[in-house]
Amino acid sequence: MTLVLFFYFACVIVATAVLVIASRKPVNSALALLVMFFHVAGLFILLGAEFIAAVQIIVYAGAILVLYLFVVMLLNVRADEGYHRQIRVALIAGLAILIEAVVLLSRSRFANGLSDSASPAPVATPGNTEGIGRVLYTTYLFPFEVASLILLVAMIGAILLAKKGIFDRPTVGAGFKPAPTERKTD
Amino acid sequence: MWTDALIPLLPFAAFVVIGLSDWFGRGFGERAHWIAVPAVLGSMVLSFIAFGSVLSDGAHDLTFYTWAVSGSFQASIGIHIDALTAVMLLLVTIVSSLVHIYTIGYMHGDAGYARFFAYIGLFTFSMLMLVAASNLLQLYVFWEAVGLCSYLLIAHWYERPAAAAAATKAFIVNRVGDFGFALGIFLIFSIVGSLDYDAVFRELPKHAEQVISIAGIPVNVITLISLLLFTGAVGKSAQFPLHVWLPDAMEGPTPISALIHAATMVTAGVFMMARLSPIFALSAVAMGLIAAVGAGTALFAATIALTQNDIKRIVAYSTVSQLGYMVMACGLGASAAGIFHLLTHGAFKALLFLGCGSIIHALSGEQDLRKMGGLKSHLPVTYRTFYIGALALAGIPPLAGFFSKDEILFRAFSTGGTGIVYWGIGVFTAYLTAIYSFRLIYTVFHGRPRAAPEAMKRLHESPSVMTVPLVVLALLSVTVGWAGLPVAGWNGIEGVLDPVLSTGGTSESAPGLLIILMLISVVAAVGGWMTARVLYLTRPELPARLAERAAVLYRLSFHKWYIDEVYDRLLVRPTIRMADRLWQGADVRGIDGAVNGVGAAAMAWARGLRRVQSGQLQHYALVMVVGTFVILTIYLLAR
Amino acid sequence: MVPLSYYVILSLVVFLIGVVGVLIRRNIIVILLSIELMLNAANINFVAFSHYLQDVGGQVFVFFVLTVAAAEVVVGLAIIIALYRGKGSIDVEVLNRMRW
Repeated sequence: MTLVLFFYFACVIVATAVLVIASRKPVNSALALLVMFFHVAGLFILLGAEFIAAVQIIVYAGAILVLYLFVVMLLNVRADEGYHRQIRVALIAGLAILIEAVVLLSRSRFANGLSDSASPAPVATPGNTEGIGRVLYTTYLFPFEVASLILLVAMIGAILLAKKGIFDRPTVGAGFKPAPTERKTD
Repeated sequence: MWTDALIPLLPFAAFVVIGLSDWFGRGFGERAHWIAVPAVLGSMVLSFIAFGSVLSDGAHDLTFYTWAVSGSFQASIGIHIDALTAVMLLLVTIVSSLVHIYTIGYMHGDAGYARFFAYIGLFTFSMLMLVAASNLLQLYVFWEAVGLCSYLLIAHWYERPAAAAAATKAFIVNRVGDFGFALGIFLIFSIVGSLDYDAVFRELPKHAEQVISIAGIPVNVITLISLLLFTGAVGKSAQFPLHVWLPDAMEGPTPISALIHAATMVTAGVFMMARLSPIFALSAVAMGLIAAVGAGTALFAATIALTQNDIKRIVAYSTVSQLGYMVMACGLGASAAGIFHLLTHGAFKALLFLGCGSIIHALSGEQDLRKMGGLKSHLPVTYRTFYIGALALAGIPPLAGFFSKDEILFRAFSTGGTGIVYWGIGVFTAYLTAIYSFRLIYTVFHGRPRAAPEAMKRLHESPSVMTVPLVVLALLSVTVGWAGLPVAGWNGIEGVLDPVLSTGGTSESAPGLLIILMLISVVAAVGGWMTARVLYLTRPELPARLAERAAVLYRLSFHKWYIDEVYDRLLVRPTIRMADRLWQGADVRGIDGAVNGVGAAAMAWARGLRRVQSGQLQHYALVMVVGTFVILTIYLLAR
Repeated sequence: MVPLSYYVILSLVVFLIGVVGVLIRRNIIVILLSIELMLNAANINFVAFSHYLQDVGGQVFVFFVLTVAAAEVVVGLAIIIALYRGKGSIDVEVLNRMRW
């Protein structure tokens, strides 16, 4: 049963991923990505990470993607004129790396190992959310605080960058103001 | 005696003082002669004193300092005065003093007045050190030094391209001779191990039979040395084939033509052969060649002098011819006779050159005798002294030239065999010499004036600073020959020189033969005089007709036997072409190309590499991806 | 059940699709979307290993990846807006000022 679900999710994920990168219109790409997010969430639930699945949908699908759609609408982006000239090289390189990675994988330890043996009980009680919470606020407390700082910085950066007139005459800094017309003799 | 040191050092001091003040201070300008003339006059007085003391006491030696010590080799700079050196000192200082005084008048108003005096001071110093050398190294050093002074003085008016070219030609042709000379010195050193005259004269005879092989051909070492040393004389004394620089050297001011290219520098070659006669005497082959070259040059130059139109060039070729006599004398073993002729020639040739200078000065720069004529009433002193000089040159007794030239001819004849041929050449050349000497007199001073009327109006006799030296030289031209009168019992110049030079047999030995030969010489000289009189005075239309009749000969003579043209085609142009090719090919294309090529290559490389920075985000991303692929491949293959 | 290697391969494929997307699209926004693909692939990997190694640290890391992704998207889109204002285009081939 799980296998079937996995394959379903996997296929859709790959298909929508291809759609994301291949669609002419950016809106179509964004929407394909949305579908992919949902199916990734589904995959997470299959792996017993319900909390993460929920966070995935809330943050990615609900915030980030919406942001993308805002910007696409704002900039009134039209369809692309085509792919970059290096598409052939890129595809070949990607394929080559895929093959090599698979070969690497097949040689590695867990190809035979972990497949079924650790048929895992879902992460043990007390439940996914509580489990994450326990670890997050103890072992990973410092990274947690840093993450909040990252968000703060991103916010400030976004406000500054998107502000109108940010690239006009520099007014901050050395206090140097080139006088407009100082050519007439005093 | 320490006063001997002053003989060369006084003129040197004059050079230093005038030169330094010119460089660092305001220079002496028109007052330079106040430094130079007393210095050289002082030198002359001291030379007389030295001559007297050598005659009574024998040779002097004075070492200034030891210059080079290297292993067993030692060379010092100093003064060694024996009879030969003493007479040379006299010649150089007397002629130099007279030229100094003459220059005050001739170079008056010239921009390089002080520079001229400085350089002739340097020259006098170098020539004096040359004749007073006691080793071959000092000889060679000052040999080169006089060549340098010649270069500097010929190009005195260096803005004139002809003068600069002439100076370069003189230096380069001299260099050819000097190269052989240097090789000879090296060879001597390799055999003897020392360059002092005493050591060389002592040791070389022991190697008389020694043979070395050059490219498989066995050559007697002494012959080789003699021939190499002789090439130095050929260059310096303007013998064929290295004579070409002397006529061109007439581009320089006339005082130095008199000083350097008549009386002193060109005689350095003859002096050297006399000084080193013990070496030359060891090789009969070399002596034979020397005599042949001397005789040939004498005749050759005389034929050219017959047709030239520039008065200074006529006198220049005459100098070459007379030097040929001296060289021939040395080749016949009669170096004392050669030196005797050197002394008399110094007097009358300097006189002739200074006389030319006086004529040129009077005509405001004209040198072509076709534009002269009828000057005798306007330039009386010049005319009379010039006449005396011509008489001496032609060899009319009782003037100086007769005795010295005749001594050489006698010695040639008495050698027998080829000597008689040389005697014949000498007599014929004397005939030609008389012709061109009197040609000069008659075309310049007699006849109708051919100069432009304005020039004739400005005609004036030279100032006494110029005419007094002419008179002194005329007196010397008359009297100096009497020092060598071939009269038994009269010690004569040869008595003085013979003990020093390894020559033997003076003319007192065969008085009957001597008288006959003297008569023949006189006939030749007077015959030449009369021929010239006819050609240029009584029947002036004859020369043109003769020139037409013997057109080929005339052209050969007028164009100096085309030697310059031959050298130009054979040597000069190929050298210039090779230099051009080396310049273009090796330097511009090769070296510059390589250096610039490195730069160009770096720039081309950079231009190519720059394209990596395309500014395209996705190019960079692709490079990263390809890099990842490469790393993975390596990792996989390594496992 | 489902072998771990399947999850790894899946994440690998999605990641490479994202890489190719970065390389071939000329629209900056779609490039950013491809970057999201890559991040998601990493997330799948983390969660899969967290499940199979019974270590919840993997999921905590997904947390952080999510945070960073959000921050990056925000700043990236702000830059795009500023660029659009300056250049009038969001075609990557036009934005090539940082060249030699």
